[in-house]
Amino acid sequence: MLATNDSRSEAKNEACGLEPGESKELVWIDVCAMDDVLPGAGAAALIEGEQIALVRTMDGVLYAISNFDPFSRAFVIARGIVGDRGGVPKIASPIYKQSFDLRTGVCLDDSNVRLPVYPVRVVAGRVQVCPVPRRVA
Amino acid sequence: MSRKQLVVIGNGMVGHRFLTEAAELGLVATHHVIVCGEEPRPAYDRVHLSQFFEGKDAAALALATVEEYEQLGIELRLGDPAVAIDRNAKRVHTRSGATLEYDTLVLATGSRPFVPNVPGNDLPNCFVYRTIEDLEAIRDAAARAESGVVIGGGLLGLEAAGALVSLGLAAHVVEFMPRLMPLQVDDAGGAVLRDRIEALGVQVHLGKQTTSITRTASGSLELAFADGSRLETDLVVFSAGIRARDDLARAAGLSIGDRGGIVVDARCRTSDASIYAIGECASLGGKTYGLVAPGYRMAEVVARTLAGKDAACGDFDLSTKLKLLGVDVGSFGDAFAATPGARVISLFDGVARVYKKLVLSADRRRLLGGMLVGDASSYASLQSYVQNGIDVGDHPEALLVPPSQGGAPSGPGVENLPDSALVCSCHNVTKGTICTVIREQGLAELPAVKKCTKAGTGCGSCATLVADLLKAELVRAGVTVNNHLCEHFPHTRQELFHIVRVRGIRTFEQLIREHGRGQGCEICKPAVASILASTWNDYILKKEHAGLQDTNDRYLANIQRDGTYSVVPRVAAGEITPDQLIALGTIAKKHGLYTKITGGQRIDMFGARLEQLPAIWRDLVDAGFESGHAYGKALRTVKSCVGSTWCRYGVQDSVGLALRLEHRYKGLRSPHKLKGAVSGCARECAEAQGKDFGVIATERGFNLYVCGNGGMKPQHAVLLAADIDADTVVRYLDRFLMFYVRTADRLQRTATWLNKLEGGIDYVRKVVVDDSLGIAAELEADMARIVNTYQCEWKTTLEDPDKVRMFRSFVNSDTPDPSVVFVREREQHRPAFWSEKQRLLEQGRVRLPVVPA
Repeated sequence: MLATNDSRSEAKNEACGLEPGESKELVWIDVCAMDDVLPGAGAAALIEGEQIALVRTMDGVLYAISNFDPFSRAFVIARGIVGDRGGVPKIASPIYKQSFDLRTGVCLDDSNVRLPVYPVRVVAGRVQVCPVPRRVA
Repeated sequence: MSRKQLVVIGNGMVGHRFLTEAAELGLVATHHVIVCGEEPRPAYDRVHLSQFFEGKDAAALALATVEEYEQLGIELRLGDPAVAIDRNAKRVHTRSGATLEYDTLVLATGSRPFVPNVPGNDLPNCFVYRTIEDLEAIRDAAARAESGVVIGGGLLGLEAAGALVSLGLAAHVVEFMPRLMPLQVDDAGGAVLRDRIEALGVQVHLGKQTTSITRTASGSLELAFADGSRLETDLVVFSAGIRARDDLARAAGLSIGDRGGIVVDARCRTSDASIYAIGECASLGGKTYGLVAPGYRMAEVVARTLAGKDAACGDFDLSTKLKLLGVDVGSFGDAFAATPGARVISLFDGVARVYKKLVLSADRRRLLGGMLVGDASSYASLQSYVQNGIDVGDHPEALLVPPSQGGAPSGPGVENLPDSALVCSCHNVTKGTICTVIREQGLAELPAVKKCTKAGTGCGSCATLVADLLKAELVRAGVTVNNHLCEHFPHTRQELFHIVRVRGIRTFEQLIREHGRGQGCEICKPAVASILASTWNDYILKKEHAGLQDTNDRYLANIQRDGTYSVVPRVAAGEITPDQLIALGTIAKKHGLYTKITGGQRIDMFGARLEQLPAIWRDLVDAGFESGHAYGKALRTVKSCVGSTWCRYGVQDSVGLALRLEHRYKGLRSPHKLKGAVSGCARECAEAQGKDFGVIATERGFNLYVCGNGGMKPQHAVLLAADIDADTVVRYLDRFLMFYVRTADRLQRTATWLNKLEGGIDYVRKVVVDDSLGIAAELEADMARIVNTYQCEWKTTLEDPDKVRMFRSFVNSDTPDPSVVFVREREQHRPAFWSEKQRLLEQGRVRLPVVPA
């Protein structure tokens, strides 16, 4: 998770669930302009063979989560509706409507299911993603 | 490769139940599971086999598909029965010559029909009644036959007789015992049953022992009975009971019961510790069981045992309830009053042809069992009295009598049951479990409750009880729980509609800021988008609205199971020119789309990837087509018959009126989809009474019907106004549709809306026809605004390059979505199933995106 306004990189890494200083080992890939992802909506990206959904909440936070819907086995998560459940930012699959926590990838309707989530940041108006799933405690 | 091998012999209902249970308990991950079955298809519902003759095909009876087994990771060998078990080497040999090694073996071989040893029992046109293949053979023979005899008047025999009746044969039932269903009902019950069944045209022959079957010179069959009488017929169905299929086990040296069946202990373990037997082939405590509920219980016990959990078979519930030839029969608990000191109350109604019997404990406080013939509506609740030992009170006889009109119901209500009450004995589900699931998951429809709890999905006899529980829970929820749209808005949809309209709110952002909280969700966003569209009719992909739309509205197409979309251009009233037909064909071919005719007289084109949609629509718009709104909760179609345009019976121009209505209401966003139809005469070829609004032409004008529904719960439309002219149809429809749009709940079809509306159709008529609320002019004006601001959403979209850019599979690449893979079928193509994709991937023929573990 990352605030979209450009804050200090230390803070960013913390928000990504990374150890401070770990950012040097991450490979960031330039994906698109921030404006390509509408607030309150998702957009799919193809990054080194992986389909990753970039999701922007209404309050301006950007997330990266797998585009794979494990319930329908279609690559469609980015086309779901973005919102919150009890304050938890989430996206609902457009096929059977299961919701996923955007921060952890955990399915809010079936806690046995979890989608990979990826480090993401915005640099000079460009969205950058590291296509290696984050470790989530 | 440390996974253990688990081999299952038999893929009937119980074998299937074992596999689903095993998969749920994670055994498929720890074991390599192999199933071999004799029949050519995966498990199907044998309990409801007779429905095969009522229009259900093999697929409708299926409990599972080959793909589903494949997805579970279970190896399924159909049409390859086991022929031998080598217990020393722990191997199973199959007919095809395969050798399957096992660590654990589960026998679910079921039973075979018992055919009495009567000379001539193997003549052509003699059948048994067990598999779909048997039924197909009976069906084929029945096509050349006039009469049929079922030998056996038990439960299965009467099922078979019902099947012969539905095949149009004169049916006879021959029973050796002096009454029908001797195992389930007593003499009085048997007499009522016989009376009812004979009234349906089935001839019943009791106390008859068949001694031979011979072929007559004319090619028919003749049955001879021990009493010297004879009966001529065209075909014979043996249904004289079943016998456990224990031959494999017998040959392998496992212990076999005195009366057949593989001997098992309470954990269903046979005399060999690594072999289990479940279902009809197993003999537990010296008995075999021919009902599905005990078999399911055994399947669960073995799956749980193998998963290291504690489980054992207790006493089985042998209650049965069925509808034979439309006659209800129920038998439950100690139906024959075998308990010492038991007392009996019975009701024999020779006029209504109903027999009910209750068996009470010696102290008359508890119900031990009973039987019901002719009316089994109280079966589920009476059975729960038995299972839960509920006190029947001082007047147990009240349980026999149906509630008197207007009086308080005297039968047991669901609210009296304790939470521990067993509701579904097939799947062992209690009232407490069902109510908890309904509450916690917020279920509102019976199918969802059945799916989530499995209750009612076995024999189906408890379905009414489950429905009552749901109703009671919903009533309770209505009292204690709010009917807010969702956690983000403390208002109903109706209230939000009012707020939007009166306060002139035009965006979701403003509405949630001023009248809600949080960020919204997949429930309130599309609901509010629909309210805004019904009120202001803005272009739905405007920047502030786009993120609110469900994927279908957001991409103006219908998403399919693989994430591709289908496209349906409007073909108003189903009238289409040859040139338009050619254009559709050409466009479908150009873009590689699968085509199918819809139920709404249109053409659906499938398999479009996101980035193809604008190009497809550019071609469609150029050919003069406009959006069909098949993707929206909006007006879909107004279907029509050809009416007086061509038809010799047509009395009005049904196509003309349907065109007028479809073009008037196209694009109208509503709480749910809307369908209409116009029929040109009373023959009703357009099926107008199955639509949200339907018009049927009369000699004097049109009859207007509203609130019909096809789909899951069909409901006929009801008459709103008779013999009105076309302008009045339009005026009433303007008011009716707007009234519905304003007041219905989200995703509530007109039929459900009407059912829940206080005052029903009379109230609707007062509002729409008599203008009792004084809002008719307002409703008409609102509709006029929608009609006057109509735009083809696709045309608007194509005019704006920024909008077209939204239709990309990837924000950073023009690569077509590599996860979309098609396979050929019936000269067209369809999305590959997951298993097919995996195979193509292994063969290196496709590149799939990385699938997260």
